Amino acid sequence: MKQCLVVDDSSVIRKVARRILEDMNFEIVEAEDGQKALEECRKTMPDAILLDWNMPVMDGLEFLTSLRAEEGGESPVVVFCTTENDVAHIARAIRAGANEYIMKPFDREIVEAKFQEVGLI
Amino acid sequence: MTPMEFDFLKTFLKTRSGLVLSNDKQYLVESRLLPIARSSKLETLSALIQSLQKGGNRALETEVVEAMTTNESFFFRDKTPFEHFKETMLPAMLQNRATRKQIKIWCAAASTGQEPYSLAICLKEAAAKVGGWRIRILGTDLSQEVLEKAKTGLYSQFEVQRGLPIQLLLKYFDQKGDMWQINAGLRAMIEWKKLNLLEQFSHIGEFDIVFCRNVLIYFDQPTKTEILERIAKALPDDGFLVLGAAETVVGLTDAFKPVPGKRGLFQKKQAAQTATRPALAGATSRLAVGATTLR
Repeated sequence: MKQCLVVDDSSVIRKVARRILEDMNFEIVEAEDGQKALEECRKTMPDAILLDWNMPVMDGLEFLTSLRAEEGGESPVVVFCTTENDVAHIARAIRAGANEYIMKPFDREIVEAKFQEVGLI
Repeated sequence: MTPMEFDFLKTFLKTRSGLVLSNDKQYLVESRLLPIARSSKLETLSALIQSLQKGGNRALETEVVEAMTTNESFFFRDKTPFEHFKETMLPAMLQNRATRKQIKIWCAAASTGQEPYSLAICLKEAAAKVGGWRIRILGTDLSQEVLEKAKTGLYSQFEVQRGLPIQLLLKYFDQKGDMWQINAGLRAMIEWKKLNLLEQFSHIGEFDIVFCRNVLIYFDQPTKTEILERIAKALPDDGFLVLGAAETVVGLTDAFKPVPGKRGLFQKKQAAQTATRPALAGATSRLAVGATTLR
């Protein structure tokens, strides 16, 4: 079973994402900010990361940059999932090493489509 | 809605659009026509159907036909047909049309435009190979309303997130407030026309590649056969036909033959047959491509 780390400071979003991803046969680990997500990755590198941008302590972009610099940190497929939906933000995320980008609000179909796009399902 | 009203609606839609409405589609009728009934101040479905029975309200008739026949569509829907396009159809045509340097593509059920735009994106991505070629894409649909939307190339955030990789969104779309608009260069590659597949379409000319996906499913057997045979007339012998994943020509017509190993892809029967025979003098290059394609 593939593992997906869901990183979002909203517990509601984490719950919604968990429900969708569990139906897609992912084992879910949650983190509420970038720092905690990085700690989770150091324990076990997940196959996929669904990543919010704006979070306290460490935001999504900072997390992604740190992750990609870690040993083994290039392997997880990172899908941003954020309300930041302008071209500048998307371009920055891609440059920092994001594989896909979901603009909130999202639904099951979008998550499925994007995960398919990057070969996760 | 009484059984008689449902029967009337079935006949009405069959005559107007060829749509075959099975008895289990009551829910579809309700979900698509109730909003029209309400916006026309008719309150109930029965009232709407009575108004259709009375006749004389062209606008309402068109609205009903369009609401019942409009399909959901998204970019690169089903993926495979676009892989066939890049890997099989386009290379074959680049070889077969090397003298004329012209390829004509027809999306016969273009709906809100995602399919023709996806093909236009494929062509832009293959720019190095198609430089100097004239490639024309025609998008047709029964519904004027969806064509108007297709023409603007404006899509919601939801629409651009289904099937479209984020890099392609960045590359080929401009953000317009809450919407995303496909760029002018891609919009200029496509011509749009209202067209009902039930009516003659010989006037639109000949095409090398025809996409006719997920529309035949709405027609009965004889209508499917008739449409397929008319499409065959619009295609040269080495032309390609693409149907939806759940559709086939088998049992409907001999005009097309499935391309082995390529789900949903068909070629004119005579082309497929000649390709398997030894090449005839004078027609070598064209057949050679068919042979590699069909192996």
